[in-house]
Amino acid sequence: MERQNPGFTVFLYLCAALLALMILAPFGWLFVMSISSTSDLISKPLRWWPEQSDWSRYRILFDTTPNTHGAALMAALGNSVKVAAIATVAALAVSVPAGWAVSRSSAVGWSLWLVIGTYMLPPVALAVPLYMGLAALGMLNTKIGLAVVYLTVLAPFTAWLLKSGFDPIPRDLEMAAAIDGARLDQTLRIIILPLAAPVIGTAALFAYLLAWDEFFYALLFTSDHRAKTVTVAIADLAGGRVADYGLIATAGVIAALPPVIFGLIMQRALISGLTAGSVKG
Amino acid sequence: MSAGLTPMRAWLLMLPLLAVMLGVIGWPFVDTLRLSFTDARLVGTGGDYVGFANYDRLFASRAFWRAFVVTTEFAVVSVFIEMVLGVLVALLLYQSFRGRNVLRALLILPWALPTVVNALLWRLIYNPEYGALNAALVQTGLLDVYRSWLGDPNSALVALIVADAWKNFPLVALISLAALHAVPHDIRAAAIVDGAGALSRFRYVILPYLAGPLMVALVLRTIEAFKVFDIIWVMTRGGPANSTRTLSILVYQEAFSFQRAGSGASLALIVTLAVTVLAVAYAALIRKSAGARF
Repeated sequence: MERQNPGFTVFLYLCAALLALMILAPFGWLFVMSISSTSDLISKPLRWWPEQSDWSRYRILFDTTPNTHGAALMAALGNSVKVAAIATVAALAVSVPAGWAVSRSSAVGWSLWLVIGTYMLPPVALAVPLYMGLAALGMLNTKIGLAVVYLTVLAPFTAWLLKSGFDPIPRDLEMAAAIDGARLDQTLRIIILPLAAPVIGTAALFAYLLAWDEFFYALLFTSDHRAKTVTVAIADLAGGRVADYGLIATAGVIAALPPVIFGLIMQRALISGLTAGSVKG
Repeated sequence: MSAGLTPMRAWLLMLPLLAVMLGVIGWPFVDTLRLSFTDARLVGTGGDYVGFANYDRLFASRAFWRAFVVTTEFAVVSVFIEMVLGVLVALLLYQSFRGRNVLRALLILPWALPTVVNALLWRLIYNPEYGALNAALVQTGLLDVYRSWLGDPNSALVALIVADAWKNFPLVALISLAALHAVPHDIRAAAIVDGAGALSRFRYVILPYLAGPLMVALVLRTIEAFKVFDIIWVMTRGGPANSTRTLSILVYQEAFSFQRAGSGASLALIVTLAVTVLAVAYAALIRKSAGARF
């Protein structure tokens, strides 16, 4: 590593610059589109930087006057925040005890593999009965209904993540608590949860991002402002008759900001979670 | 008996998760199985038992085999690009140079971008009249006239694959990078002292450490790619001329656009079977490569 010759160093920096360009150019262009005037965007040859930056689209989309693009997008953002929160909390409520049980007892391990195996099921294999079931319960186009459906994805994922996160936590404390006569729920609450907080936090973050990103079920099971999530709203805009490409780009920026900022801030936790399962086996 | 967790208590703790899974996955899956043998519609009439008629019709239909080929092409090519690019980027970011940590941080960006926004972004880039790709290629003289990248059956699938690979190569890169950091320094140093060239060092020193994690990434990405729906729905809806209609898109159209729940269910089960076969084959491969250790 120390014997880098100058040629190699130049090559290294070239590759690094290329990689940075490859990652940043699409993001940069999305942002530039969002602040370019419509005439700049349809000019030929294309103008790569606006003569005058135009932030009016952000004002349009944050304006919640009824029956506007802004109202639709803001309602969808609100729905996404809520659906993802409900689904995350529900997923953790069932997967924290399960993950701990699998981590501490060999008797139930196989059932977790069964749960994880459901990852192979494509959503289309569940969609029709889920649609009929939600319709029968009157829960189509509701946030709760959608959040319950999201458990199909979130619960197996968090259970697996939590199990591998609980494994390295030493068992001595639990034993001591048991000897001191603590009940199971006391042990879990007082001893385990504080120690496992970072692991649970990472799992919650992943679950939230996963729910925020979900599109297929939301497309099928929601139809208006009461439950439509931001991914569906974005798809509506992209496929609809909006003539101003800048407005579509602006909506994209707004929908992407929360997870991207989250991702950058929580980078360390995300990367350790992403790689834990695969590298440690 | 460790930590006083009896099997009985362990099952008690598993119960909520298992109950939820039974409700949102177990029951719907069994019901899909039942529906696949009926001519049920999505709304209204209950549907009668029709035996294997749905399956027979599917296997005889050109649309199914076309979608199967498109799905396989999409999965194989995009996962291949992601793996190669991911490993190369990891090898780059494993070197020490100024700005390396910034680059590593940037890597999380495409991954964190919602799939639907990614699709919208590339749809704008590929726009036939005002898109940045056309503008960039024509302004640099690489292309004479603007092209309709997503409107041409010959280029639409490739355009989708590029968009998908751009979003997903960071995952492979991050996993590979973590694996590279697991290679013990003394082994690398010993290989250098022994005069091993860069290529043979990669082959015999680094690859054994990369193989396992890469296999996991390969399995995850292939399964995901085989189930693909979002990016295609937003960018092309399966068009033009069905050139990007994957199996999941076909199921959606059958079950929800045409409301044929029965035949949609049988198609969905075939997709499930294909993914399962793939996963089992991979699992066998992983076990074999883990045993052989190269």
